[in-house]
Amino acid sequence: MPVDVAAEVIVNRALSADYNLVALAAPAIAAAAAPGQFVMLKANAGFDPLLRRPFSIFEILRDGGGTPSALTILSKRVGPSTNLLYDARAGQRIACLGPIGRPFTIVDAPVEGWMIAGGVGLAPFATLAESLRARRVETTLFYGARRAAELFHLDFFRALGVALVLTTEDGSAGETGRVVAPLDRKLAARDRQAPVMLYACGPEAMLAATARIAARHQRPCQVSVERVMGCGLGGCYSCVVPMRGEDGGRHHVRSCIAGPVLAADQIIWD
Amino acid sequence: MDLSVRIGSLLLKNPLIAASGCFGYGVEYADVVDLSSLGAIAVKGLFLSEREGHAAPRIVETPAGMLNAIGLQGIGVRRFVSEKLPELRARNATVVVNVCGTTLDEYVEVSRILSDAEGVGAIELNISCPNIKEGGIQFGCSLNGTYDVVSAVRKVTRLPVIPKLTPNVTDVPSFARAAEEGGADAVSLVNTFLAMVIDIETRQPKISNVVGGLSGPAIRPIAVRMVYECRQTVRIPIIGMGGIADARDALEFMIAGATAVQVGTANFVDPFIWTKLVDGIRDYLQRHRIARVSDLVGTIDTHASATERSGV
Repeated sequence: MPVDVAAEVIVNRALSADYNLVALAAPAIAAAAAPGQFVMLKANAGFDPLLRRPFSIFEILRDGGGTPSALTILSKRVGPSTNLLYDARAGQRIACLGPIGRPFTIVDAPVEGWMIAGGVGLAPFATLAESLRARRVETTLFYGARRAAELFHLDFFRALGVALVLTTEDGSAGETGRVVAPLDRKLAARDRQAPVMLYACGPEAMLAATARIAARHQRPCQVSVERVMGCGLGGCYSCVVPMRGEDGGRHHVRSCIAGPVLAADQIIWD
Repeated sequence: MDLSVRIGSLLLKNPLIAASGCFGYGVEYADVVDLSSLGAIAVKGLFLSEREGHAAPRIVETPAGMLNAIGLQGIGVRRFVSEKLPELRARNATVVVNVCGTTLDEYVEVSRILSDAEGVGAIELNISCPNIKEGGIQFGCSLNGTYDVVSAVRKVTRLPVIPKLTPNVTDVPSFARAAEEGGADAVSLVNTFLAMVIDIETRQPKISNVVGGLSGPAIRPIAVRMVYECRQTVRIPIIGMGGIADARDALEFMIAGATAVQVGTANFVDPFIWTKLVDGIRDYLQRHRIARVSDLVGTIDTHASATERSGV
């Protein structure tokens, strides 16, 4: 059950000219959240911008006793609301509603967990990696960005024992090109009997490519989709994704309550 | 203190109604809101059959508002009755069902099915959605069409019949009068204002349907004016809506002449708004020593002198 808190900004760190990492004091949400869930944030009072915006929960921060005390949001500036979040100051309060949405299904060993992240699509994978590694699942992060300076939190994943496969569009780190290329190669090289679960989050074209690759290699794939979302609770029907229903027909499914994590092979990618 | 209001034969425990299209089928909010604490819930518009609605993007923000073109996605009236109504009934929600149609016969048939179902409090006739091509708005933009739909549905149901009027006409009060003459128990107004937003970089409309309906605080003063004008024209109750974001806004509509109000867009921003609205209305009534909220309806004073108005 989601709660709404006026969460105090503990710290807001600019990671680049576009990206920032903001920590919010929202212990009740942090304690209840599962990997893949999101919060609806509004960083301003008043009507411009009017609506909240959905953000994946990036990290759960804990106090000395291990109790969840805060959550962090990885944000990229794309418009007025993310600009406000980029400029948020410590002490400021941000309306934070959550946790919301259907989380990732976590696999157990010997299934491996392969996470595919594009840009700010890294956001749901810090908590997912923690959960996978806590179950001793062999975990790989395929992570693509525009340039080396926009590959964040690599040490965090290394410390968890996550294998990293990095790509950049300009070649400044890892392989040059898109993140789905090494994914395709590694799936082709993998023993068919060795099970793997794919988890993807990023731009729509990357998700569609990942879904095609997963289908070609006959691997299950969960994607976390991003849509323009009005309410986050199923009220407005803004955030729909076309999916194939059990009847074989095309249905518009609300990504806020049926997702944001959806089965890639049921989404109609057109 | 009495917060109850009456819409035809339907008694609401308070004047606050969740607006159709903004609250799903109500059950989506059961975890965060005590559904029985609202005056009523106007559920998402229903046709006879399922509809998938428009492709995304379906909404875009505007200054102090938002544009939507969902396209009346819905599960159809029969699935609503079998899958959603039992839970709404179990949670003691007062249910207003928003009825859509592409033909007169469809409005009548959907209304007939709802009249036979247990747990429906009233029928709101959607003759004003700006986002679908056929039906609906065609009736709502014609005085004869409005009269015809209302009187046809009137004949097949004992439930209160509440046509929801569009603001996208020259003279809303004449449509309220047509509804009243057709036998409506109340009118609800206003639906959204037909509007458009263009991305100047791509030169494309920002929602897939090209045009959509504008809601939110931006439209409130126009909606208040339309409620005020209709109050001068018809005797049946008016359910007012358009950009209500707090208790003061709700009270403004009631003073202008609304017996009850609907809240839509603000519920997206704050799903916990309902208790705040009730508390705010209570505080106001206490401060003004008004025992019954219904005594506030239509009490606008248009004769105050300039000195009084400026508060000097």
